[in-house]
Amino acid sequence: MKNLTNENGADHGHIYRMLKLIRRVEEKVAEVYPTDKIKSPVHLSIGQEAVAVGVCDALDETDFVSGTYRGHASYIAHGGDLPAMIAELYGKAGGISRGKGGSMHLADAKNRILGSSAVVGTTVPISLGFAMGLMRQKKPGIVASFFGDGATEEGAFYESLNFAALKKLPVLFILENNGYAIHTPLSKRWATHDLLKRVETFGIPTESVPDMDVFEIRAAARRLLRGIRAGEGPGFLECKTYRWSEHVGPGQDYESGGYRDRTELEPWQKNDAVAMAARELPASVVSAIDAEVEEQVARAFDFAEASPFPGLHELTEHVYSETANA
Amino acid sequence: MRELRYVDALREAVEQEMDRDPNVFVFGLDVDDFKAIQGSTEGLLAKFGPDRVFTTPLSEDAMTGVAIGAAMSGMRPIHVHIRMDFLMLCMNQLINMASKSHYMYGGQFDVPMVARCMIGKSWGQGAQHSQGLYSMFMGIPGLRVAAPANAYDAKACLIAAIRDNNPTIFVEHRLLYPTTAPTPETEIVSTPGKGRLLAEGDDVTLVGVSNMAVECLRAQELLRDAGISAEVIDPVWLLPLDIDIVARSVRKTRRLIVVDNGWTVCGAGAEIIASVAERLQLDVPFQAARMGFEFTPCPTTPSLEDGFYPNPKTIALKAFAMVNGGPGDWQPDAERAKLAYQLQFKGPF
Repeated sequence: MKNLTNENGADHGHIYRMLKLIRRVEEKVAEVYPTDKIKSPVHLSIGQEAVAVGVCDALDETDFVSGTYRGHASYIAHGGDLPAMIAELYGKAGGISRGKGGSMHLADAKNRILGSSAVVGTTVPISLGFAMGLMRQKKPGIVASFFGDGATEEGAFYESLNFAALKKLPVLFILENNGYAIHTPLSKRWATHDLLKRVETFGIPTESVPDMDVFEIRAAARRLLRGIRAGEGPGFLECKTYRWSEHVGPGQDYESGGYRDRTELEPWQKNDAVAMAARELPASVVSAIDAEVEEQVARAFDFAEASPFPGLHELTEHVYSETANA
Repeated sequence: MRELRYVDALREAVEQEMDRDPNVFVFGLDVDDFKAIQGSTEGLLAKFGPDRVFTTPLSEDAMTGVAIGAAMSGMRPIHVHIRMDFLMLCMNQLINMASKSHYMYGGQFDVPMVARCMIGKSWGQGAQHSQGLYSMFMGIPGLRVAAPANAYDAKACLIAAIRDNNPTIFVEHRLLYPTTAPTPETEIVSTPGKGRLLAEGDDVTLVGVSNMAVECLRAQELLRDAGISAEVIDPVWLLPLDIDIVARSVRKTRRLIVVDNGWTVCGAGAEIIASVAERLQLDVPFQAARMGFEFTPCPTTPSLEDGFYPNPKTIALKAFAMVNGGPGDWQPDAERAKLAYQLQFKGPF
């Protein structure tokens, strides 16, 4: 039997479990979606799981994660409450935000997951503020801030790079570069492809992982985190990745969309992080983990099914925080 | 009671809250320079140091996000903008994130932040340093909007805004900075949504927003010469809005003029008049009028700027015509009009 822990301390079994869990949750979401039981748009992470899993595996328990509207993966990878997430997608009272946020606005404060946003790039400066708050209040932890390639075109992104570097904020920037902003490829959006060079001009160290190798992603995150935790300021990790599903919704759009060809998908599928992680483990371990994952997913969906919808009285709750610093 | 300038009331409120709570901090372009936002942040850097009082890059969009994130982490940021016009650079974060985070995350996060901003006027402020854009925020659930018009309310509202766990757009007016009012050294905390009766009267209700509250008070003084008794109300908070205090007055006067510190279309005046009408329905028929900026960008030259803003004279003439069923031939005495311009609200608070 192979050693389950590699030389960097990565627990292969755990990493496989998280990859598989995200994959199966997403597949189950896609399966349930046509029934209309899920009451919010879904942006699936299928194919991109290794970014969240590799990064979150490198984080400490005191660290925070800020995700995007394609945020199921980072939410699950950082230990977000899974039944409450599925109930949130169902719009149920048992949802993590009592059905008021849905898939695009997942947040789990208890598990250190900041809220995601449907407006691209908006969470990036919020991550900075949160990290500054931790630093000033002498609380432990850093903020791992995930965003896509589209976010890097927003003005607030550059403002954030500058401010994070200026104030040496404990932020790990993670670019999930899947090459498309909805259906528009990078070639129609970027004057040059040297994004990391642009980032480096702010004095921010960068790493790039081209192939969704989850262990490489984890190792690169760990290298950057050393500097961040030492007070040297932010780090920037680019993970090239590929969105297997359509932009929003449960299906695929290779034939129908006309903006990309299925041949683009093939190398990524050959390199599927979930399958590769499974190959690193004994078959008996894989099947045991798979069975546990199936049960965990089923429990989460059962919880969502059984949870009631919130009563109409909840419509007007939480518009304002009723507490004050009296 | 001690007379305090509006600008010093702002400074004092922040200083006292920073003393009280180490999580309160002030940031924004030039809050720590020698001019200290016209004096409103003076001395804070020396007392509290650069971790709690610091300038920023000109990145209003991201800096607003920083305020939101810091607020979510347990701090109480005060983000300062020397002109309200610059809030347009912050709209995405204010409208899409600050106002909605508590709700869309099911109450898991609070956003206790204050965006201080100043409306400019005169000395050629022009189109982009003069806008009173608060009505844009008045229709956004999750926000609070304060627009105090005297030193006492400035202190009380700012303390309330800092302590409140919701994001507050705090609207100041440059011309109010030197005005004084009796203001206690002790802490005073305004109740969001509570307006203020500035002067009692029977014939017409004048509601003035921000600096226009003072202009209404001056108009009331002029109207007295014409035998017209005007009641003057300052809403103080624009969200939530104190409709009770206005409706109560209109029930008595049957006449309502709202003088806005902005354009009238979709403005605070429209909201106030509509809300009062809904409240009173046909039980209490009343005449209503809106006054506000001319529907043009603000011009720079004084000869045009004079016509852009309502002033005590135009307000008085409007009220006179409403009370008398037409303009008549009354004109406020020129000397009296000049003197009325020195009038400030002195309480009682």
